[in-house]
This record gives sequence, structure tokens and C-alpha cells, in this order.
Amino acid sequence: MAAYRCYYPAVLLILCSFSVFVVADTEDATLINGQDVTALNSPQTASKTAAQTAEQPAVEERQWEATASAAAADDQDRTPDTPAPGAEVQPVVPPVLPEPKDSFQEELVFRPLHSGDIYASFQFRTLWETDFMRGNKVSHYRLFPKSLGQVISKFSVRELHISFTQGYWRTMQWGQPFLPSPPGAELWVWFQDSVTDVDGTWKELTNVLSGIFCASLNFIDSTNTVEPSASFKPLGIGNETDPRFLRYATLPREIVCTENLTPWKKLLPCGSKAGLAVLLKSEKLFHSSFHSQTVHIRPVCQDWQCKTTSWELRQTLNVVFDLHTSGQSKREWSLFKMFSRTLTEACPLASSSKIYIDITDNPQGEQFELTPATTLLSQAVVLGDRRTFSVYDLTQQATFGNTRSLNLLIRWKSSEGDMLRPLLHAERYVAGYGLQTGEIHTLMYNNHPYRSFPVLLLDSVPWYLRLYIHTLTVTSKGKDNNPSFIHYQPSKDRVRPHLLEMLVQLPPNSVTEVTVQFERALLKWTEYTPDPNHGFYVGSSVISSLVPSIVAMDTNSTRERPLFSSFFPCKEESSYFVRVYTEPLLVNLPTPDFSMPYNVICLTCTVVAVGYGSLYNLLTRSFQIEEPSPGLAKRIANVIRKMRGVPPL
Amino acid sequence: MGLLSDPNRRRALISLLTRLNAPICVVCYMAGVAWFMGLAFEPFTLRTYMSENAMGSTMVEERFPAGERALATGREFAAHKKKAGGMPVDWLVRTMQARGLEVFTQSFSRTLPFPDENKERYMVRGTNVYGILRAPRAPRTEALVLSAPCSPGDSNNQAVGLLLGLAHYFRNQIYWAKDIIFLVNEHDLIGMQAWLEGYHHTNTTGMDWSPLQGRGGSIQAALSLELSSDVVTSLDVVLEGLNGQLPNLDLTNLFYAFCQKIGVLCTIQGKLQRNDWDSVSGYSHSVQTMMLMVMKQASGRPWGDHGLFLRYHIEAATIKGINSFRQYKTDTTTIGRLLEGMYRKLNNLLERLHQSYFFYLMPSLSHFVSIGYYMPAFGLLAVILLLRALDLWVQLSTPPPRTEDGVDDIEQSSPGVLSVLTPLVISHLTGVALYMLPIRFQEMAVEHFPVSETEAVVLTAIAVYTAGLALPHNTHRLVSGEGTEQGWKVLKLVAVLYLAVLLGCTALINFSLGFILAITLVPVAAFITPHVPKLLSAFILVVLSPAFTLLFSVFLYQELLEMPISFQEGWVLYLSVISQGILDHFLYGSLVYPLVALLVYPCWLLFWNILFWK
Repeated sequence: MAAYRCYYPAVLLILCSFSVFVVADTEDATLINGQDVTALNSPQTASKTAAQTAEQPAVEERQWEATASAAAADDQDRTPDTPAPGAEVQPVVPPVLPEPKDSFQEELVFRPLHSGDIYASFQFRTLWETDFMRGNKVSHYRLFPKSLGQVISKFSVRELHISFTQGYWRTMQWGQPFLPSPPGAELWVWFQDSVTDVDGTWKELTNVLSGIFCASLNFIDSTNTVEPSASFKPLGIGNETDPRFLRYATLPREIVCTENLTPWKKLLPCGSKAGLAVLLKSEKLFHSSFHSQTVHIRPVCQDWQCKTTSWELRQTLNVVFDLHTSGQSKREWSLFKMFSRTLTEACPLASSSKIYIDITDNPQGEQFELTPATTLLSQAVVLGDRRTFSVYDLTQQATFGNTRSLNLLIRWKSSEGDMLRPLLHAERYVAGYGLQTGEIHTLMYNNHPYRSFPVLLLDSVPWYLRLYIHTLTVTSKGKDNNPSFIHYQPSKDRVRPHLLEMLVQLPPNSVTEVTVQFERALLKWTEYTPDPNHGFYVGSSVISSLVPSIVAMDTNSTRERPLFSSFFPCKEESSYFVRVYTEPLLVNLPTPDFSMPYNVICLTCTVVAVGYGSLYNLLTRSFQIEEPSPGLAKRIANVIRKMRGVPPL
Repeated sequence: MGLLSDPNRRRALISLLTRLNAPICVVCYMAGVAWFMGLAFEPFTLRTYMSENAMGSTMVEERFPAGERALATGREFAAHKKKAGGMPVDWLVRTMQARGLEVFTQSFSRTLPFPDENKERYMVRGTNVYGILRAPRAPRTEALVLSAPCSPGDSNNQAVGLLLGLAHYFRNQIYWAKDIIFLVNEHDLIGMQAWLEGYHHTNTTGMDWSPLQGRGGSIQAALSLELSSDVVTSLDVVLEGLNGQLPNLDLTNLFYAFCQKIGVLCTIQGKLQRNDWDSVSGYSHSVQTMMLMVMKQASGRPWGDHGLFLRYHIEAATIKGINSFRQYKTDTTTIGRLLEGMYRKLNNLLERLHQSYFFYLMPSLSHFVSIGYYMPAFGLLAVILLLRALDLWVQLSTPPPRTEDGVDDIEQSSPGVLSVLTPLVISHLTGVALYMLPIRFQEMAVEHFPVSETEAVVLTAIAVYTAGLALPHNTHRLVSGEGTEQGWKVLKLVAVLYLAVLLGCTALINFSLGFILAITLVPVAAFITPHVPKLLSAFILVVLSPAFTLLFSVFLYQELLEMPISFQEGWVLYLSVISQGILDHFLYGSLVYPLVALLVYPCWLLFWNILFWK
């Protein structure tokens, strides 16, 4: 109902505006259509509708603005499918406009963290209703980046997930991220079941992606690729879950920097020219505690009945800014302080462009103060918790106020928060000393007070750590905890890594410890990296789980809720999916002293030639004193005596 | 080697070696000692230089401003320490949290095998507090450690204050690539041992500790800070760690480089560097410095909290502030800047410190003696043993002139095997007794004699040691009857070779210990036969035994420290050194006590046995 109420004034407005301004740009029309679609799709609260209706004049103002700017930008004509200027001059416009099959949304979520840090998450989503897999080649790209489209069709990719992360997500301080990712680079791909040579395709794909993202993804080969059987299910539609078509690899050593950010930004329809992407300035993004950028491609349903599917490209960028290192005495954050930019407009191609700020812990504004204030609120269940967000809609001109720029300011009032106790978190370390053996400990914490839940643990360990799988123990609360499912694939030297997958039940309020011993292999001398004394990396373990939700946890909470609704925990919120990555490990292997090959060669040669040779000679032979050789006269005499048949002298 | 394959020349060489054996041995011994003393002469040593490129030129800028504030924090810490009567855990946790660190605690407890009278502790229970500064955008794979012990009394408060001040300053910097762990450990080495064992999840000494919650990956380097005054005149660096392990020389170089840059007086073994190497006093100064290092290294105990890190292949050193009566004082801000500079350099490390030397001696902070230079000194001593062995071998292999039939041979060699095996076994059993009994029998000793536990342990050890002198040669006579001429030669051959291998292995791991043992044991091994005058030889043998070596070392060490002591004090110190040595073994896994008890002492008993061969 609310949506319809919103819709009618909008249509009226469109009609009105188009009748006045005959010259209209398709770009703008697209925008308006897109907005309508969102208005239709998203269920909105009554308060929000009220706010929108109240802001009608402002919306009208925006229309003026947008049209003017569109007219100015007409010469540039960036989008390929803009119709010829002549076609635009039509007396009746709205019904005739073809609805484009692709759309773009952008949003930015802020979560002020207890520690005084701030977590900013950019989400960009491009949807396109097309079929890359059909015989005819898709060659006409509008919002969807062509480079990725070609990758999908050439390599028959069903789903593709890449993340580049610099830093480790501190679950104990920051809670759960919206989208977890391990330090370094992570790539996992589901191929279509029509692919015959999966390994070959995977090899090619990683090399192509390496070029696209300027990353060392070409170092992914069989020694760090695994086929997890259970941990990585497809996130899009489709039932095919045969792990033969899945490849997973991480590069824990990959360093993420500007050269990875630039190609990532180029995939956005507006680039970094307009919209939220204006904020993505590398000198600020890399002056932070955590930086992660991802690309996810998957097929999704276009409508409720899932009659048609479309491809979703979701680009996210997560960054955590540190209060202490920013060198400010006051505890406050603004867009300018974080990104050294303010916002002036939404991306003109975006159908929705919003900023969300998590104010769940701050209902009365006692923790922090938010300026400019907004009345728009939105509620969502995020990671099993019902969160409230303040919303700034960038497509509405009123958001920018009089200064024509939006500089959000969050000013903290209280100080310091304690460490969090996330329901599930994990850590990992190498135990022991010396360069021969060691032990990998993985600790999984279940902080839920009374409910146990199962987790899937995935460990991929390089072959040069030889796991002694018979030493694998899983203990929780001092007792053995037998995993109900273990999938172990032993490594082959120089060919493939160890793969260990386990389904472990974590008892409530406990720490479960998984230990396995290993032996450090001695590598061949060409296999060492240029800096062997730095150590060798072992990628993060992946822990995937359905965690009981916090909402379902407060059973005795009858406040604000009618009694009849609160007896059974409602199903949607009863548990939520969480993936936790542990820290990668840095393991020292026995390393020869490479700086002295000359000494080594000299020493070995000397030892072998002089020492061994002659000593062996001395030990194995027996020596006897030789008879002194007879004189010449005696020899001649002996010859004569021999001829005579007389015994020699 | 061609020389040896010619039987004539071989014979000539061997006869030369056997004929001139004694003079050659004497020359070798003199040469070895002379070589060793020459090591301290500056023209013979190398200047230290930074090998690690990542720490090469001085590119970092030190800006630490808050020395006064650090001292204020130190005073606050002292007040809370007094109030809590020990480690102010809550206050430390709060303070570290306020500085933006992730803070964790670890509790530990340990019951000592017998009460430690020096530090007055028996049942130790404590808590370590550590805060981790998480480096921005780093994946928790590498860490550096800065630690300060929470000492009883009024000492070391400034160190904790400076640690917290540095934590506060470091937290606001963006350039860290490695996590930095700020650790305040209680009960100095025991707390450190608990923390390190917890961090690496090992248990080598049977201590109880609670598992650690937060970690920072593999630790690359560590510094331990000891500072008990607001201003210092000089900073002293302590290197000697457990079992004589030393940190990579680059760590020392780094300290020295920053002292030079910032202009802080720096010392090693508490001795300043002198420029007059060509004068006698200058030379004796560097001999003193080097001998102090040799003494400390030979003791095998950790001389600072850093000493326990070395077992885990973590380069570590202790930096001590010394406040003497000099005019020129350095304030805490400057020390903070020095530490900041060092940590920034360590932060720049790409690999573990591995470029420079791990085996070295330092006659001064700017000069070092590498393993290639000092090993010949030991080699010259060890070669004496081999020459004596060769001599004995030749004597044994040349058949006695009068009989040449096989029967006699068998007669002579068969008691040989038994006469060798018996003393070997008996003396080793004595060694085992020396190792086991002091701890086992302390309760019984306390019951029957009016002594404390510590005294009981030490006196039992001395009693077993002395009893050992009477045991072997008496029992073996019972077992194998009269010894033959051939018998003691075989026994001595075995003993000499045994000693050579033993000292060689010891010197490879801990040169100083090997060298000191060689200096005293080699002459004994060389000259002892049953035919020398009994009483005098017995006296010499006892005086050169391991126990007396330790006694002399105690006096020499005090002499080197320029704190000479009377015999009475020396004896008391000697007893406490023995108890400390035993404690070090049980608490931290120092290997000197078992080495002496199980191997060196039995080996020496063999020579004692030879002297009284009948």
C-alpha cells in the first residue's frame, strides 16, 4: 500500500516534468524508472513514506537539477545505448520508454564501533537480465563491465567470488563483518557443469583475472587449489553442488594496494567520477586498519517466481578507520575526515543510492550524535540481529542541504567500550619450537550461553608442512569431540595441498581446540622464495556455520512484542550464516644459508676430495714396505742366470 | 695424506709425535691460552657492522616526546603496586586498554623444587599482563615484543612507565607492519617462562599456566627493559641467554648504532668502551670485558628476561639503565626515542634477523670476535687430547718386546675390556647419583640435620661429589682384581677420547663453557698416570676438578666485576651459585648442571681412577 502511495505522486511528477521539459534525457528517465522499481519492491515503513511525501518539493527540485545536468552532459554520451537525440523529442514519453534490463544500486553502510573506530562498507550491485551461456555472444554492454562479462561467457563461470584483503578482521573488537574475507587474496569459482576440463579452465581463468585485477592470482596453481566438498556452496540459484566444478584458492601473502583498487573502481558504471565511488581515494583508504575489496558474480532470480534469472555483480569495499592513528584528539568522524571528500551527488546511473548508519546501539543518541540529522529509519536483520539504520537517500536533493554537499558527522559522546563477545570466533597459531616439527592449533569459541551448533572447518595446508593426520585431535571442555564428518585429502609433494574438512559440533559456552602435528619439509633449493627467512604462509582456515541468532536468543523479552508472537522463535531469524576466517600462519622452514654458496661449495669439495678420498684410502688399503729395487748389474746377472736355468740371486 | 700412506714416513711422523709428545702438548696449551688472550687485542678483532640491509642506513626519525609523562605513569604504577602488594593487574589492564591496546592476562603458578633463598620464593603464583598493538592492515603473522618485569620493591617502575608511554605513542602511529606486544611479567624469569610457554603452547618445565587468549603470530624480535631511575648515565645491553645462546649480532649492532646516533653512553658488561687499545690498561680493560662475557655465557643461565626468548629462535636482548655518579645524564625521553628508533628498524625487517653472527664474543661494543677467530683457541687445547690419545694408541699397539705369542695378547686384552667398562659404569652411576640425589633427599636431609632445604640440596650435592672420589677405584678393584699396565692405558685412551668428544660438543654449543672446562681438564687428562707422585697429583687433580673450577670462576667473576670478596663470602656465594644452577635447570631447562653431573664429572672420575690404579 505504502509503495503505491509513493508511486502515484512520482508518476504524476514525471508526467508533469516531462510535459514541461520536452527535451529529456534517457539517462534521467532510466533513473526515475529505476527509482520506481525500488519503490515498488522495497517495503517501506509508514514513517518513511510520510517523510517522502513531505519531501515532495525537494524531489521536484532534484528533477530540475538532474535534467539540467543531463542536458549539459549530453555531449559526452558515455552510455552506449543512449538513443539518438532526435528520438528523444517525443510528445508522449513515459509509456514508450523501453525498460532496460540492467540496473545499478549503490549504498554505503557505516557502523560506529565500540572501540571508537568506524566501519564503512560500500556495496555496489549491478543486475543484468541476460544469458551469457547461450550460443549468441553477448556483445552489447551497458552497466555490466565487459571484461567480466567476457570472462563469464568464455570460461563458463557459474559463480565467481574474489576478495582482496589487507589486514585481519578483529572479530573481538569489531563484531562480525557484513562480508568476511581472509587476509590476502581469495578466489572461489563454480563452473557450469558443461565444462569438461575444469583444471585447465581454472588455470586460464586465474591468469585472466590476474590481468584484470593487477594481482598475483596467476600464482594460483594446483599446489594451492582445493575442491572443498561442503564449505563453499553456491550462493546464487542452482542446485548443482558437485565439488568437481568448484575451485577454491587463497594467496595469504598477497598485498593489496592502489594497483588493485584502480581496476576494481573501473568496473563501476560511474567509475570514480560520481556517486559514492567519489569517496574511494586510495591515500585515505589505505590509511586504515582494515581494507577489503571484493567482487561477487552470481545468477539470481529476477522476480518472485524466479521465471527469469539475471546476473548479479556485487562489488563491495570494506574499510575500518582507526581512531588512534588518525591523529585526532576528538572522537568524531566525518566523511571528509575519513575520505577527504564530501558527497555532492548520486551516481546518475544508479537506481538507488543510499547511506545507512547503524544506530541500533544509539536509539536516544546517548552514544554518538549524528549530523545532519535524518528522520528516515530502516530496520533490517543483519547477521541474526535486528538493526536500525538511519538512511540518507542521495537521489533526493534535500539530503545535500543548502551547501550542496553532504558531510556526515558522527560525534561520540561516551568513551571506550569493552571487548565484544561474538557468538562465534576463532583463532589459530603454530605451537612448538625448533625447525623440525610443530603443531597447528585451531581454537573455535562458541560463546552462546546455552545452544550448541555445528561448524564446518576447512583447512588447506601447503604440502611442505607434512601433516601427521593420526595426531588430529578435537577437544572441547577437556573431552574428545568426535567430528561427525571428516573429509581429508592428503597432499602430494609439489602437486597438491592437504585438504581437511570437518563438521564439528561446538558445545555451548566452550572452546573447541583442533590440533594436528606436522613436520617441516626440506625444500629443494630452487623452491625457496627470495626471502626464505621470512617464513612461509599457510592460508586461513575457514569456519562456516549456522549460528543461532541473537534475536532468537532473548526468549524472555516480552517488551514491545505481543505475547502471541514471542513463544516460538521465528524461523527466519532463528539462525544465520556466518563465515569466520582465522589468521594465516607464518611458518619457518629449515633454511640453508644462501649467502654462502661459495663457502659451502669450497668446503664440500675440500672435504670430499682431500678428507674423504685419502682417509678412505688409508683405512681400506694395507701397506707393506717395498723391497729396494736391485741394481742394474744385479738385474743383468739375474737375466743371464734365468737363461741358464739357475735360480736368481 | 700422502705422508700417511707411505709407511716409512708414517712411522717417522708417529715416532716424532710420540717422542716429542709432551713438549708439543705444552706448546699447544700455551698457544691456546695465548690465542684466547689475544682475542681481546683490538687489532685482532673485527669492527661490528650492520649486515641486515633492511636496518642499514639510519632512515627513521625518532619523535617520542612523552618521557615525563612516562615517568608519571611509572610513579602511578609504583603506587598501585604498593597498594596491591604485587602486580597491579586491574590497573595495568585498564591503563593498557585506555591506550588502545588489546589486553589479555595470563596467570601461572609454579612450585620450585626447593626454596630459592636468593629471591625468597618457593610457591610462585602470578599474573602476566600483556597488551597487543595491532598493526593496521597486517594479518597478525608477525610480532615484536617489548617487556618489562614487574619487580618487587621500588625497582623497575620507570621501565613499566616507559613501556606504557611507548605503547601510547606507538598506538598513534600508522607505520607499523608487525604487531607489537607490550608485556609486563611478574616474577621476572618465571613469569617470562610461563608467557613464552603459553605463547608457543609447549611445556618443557612442568609449569602451570593458563592458555593465552591473544597472539600476534611469530615473534621476530624482543627487547626487555630494566630501568630503575628517572635519569640514567648509560645503557647496558645484556646478551647472554639460556645455555649460552646469544642473539644475532645485528640486534647488538642496532642498539649500538642508535646509541651513537642519539648520543647515549652505552656499555656491555657494564664496561664503557675505551679508545686506548694500545696501552696495557686498555688491553686489560677489553680482556676484562671479554672474560666477563665468557663467564656469563659459560654459566648457561639467562642473564636477563630476554634469555628465555632465544630458545624459540627469537632474537632478544635486555637493555638496562645504569645510573652512576657521572655528570652527564640521559632523560627518559631520550631512552624512549632510542627504543622507538630500534622498534621502527625492527618493524622494517623483511626477514628474521639471520644475516649476522650468532656465535661471537665481544671485547667491546664496537668490536667482536667471530667463531672463526675463537675456535682455534679451543682447537689447540683439544688437539692435546688427540695427541695424548695417539701416543697411548701407539704404546698399546706396539707389542711388548719380550713375548710375541697370541696367548699373552689375549690375556692382556681381556681384563682390559672389563677394567675399562667397570670404572666407566661406576663413575656414570655416581654422576647419576649427583644429578638425582640432591633433590630427592632434601626432605630427609632437612629432617635429620639442622639445615634449610636449599642448604640441604647444596650440601647433598657436595657430599655426593666428595663420596664419588672414594667410590670408583675401590669398587672396581673388587670386581676386576688387580689392574694391569695395559689396563690403565686402555682406560686412559677411552677417557681421553671421551673428554675430547665431550668438550668438542660443548664448545660447539657453548664455547665459553667448553673452553673453561678444557683449560682445567686438559692438563689433568694429559699428565695423569698411576706412576706420578700420588699425593701431589691427587691434590692437583682435585683442584682442577669441575667443582673447584666453579669455585675459581666465582672468585674470578667477582674480581672481574671489580668487587673482590673474602673467602668466607666467596664460599657463601659458591653455595648459592650451586643452588641457582640446580634451580636454573629445573625452572628454565638450563643444561649446565646435568652436563656437569652426568658427563663431565664422571669423565673426571675416570682420571681419578687412573691415578689410583694398582
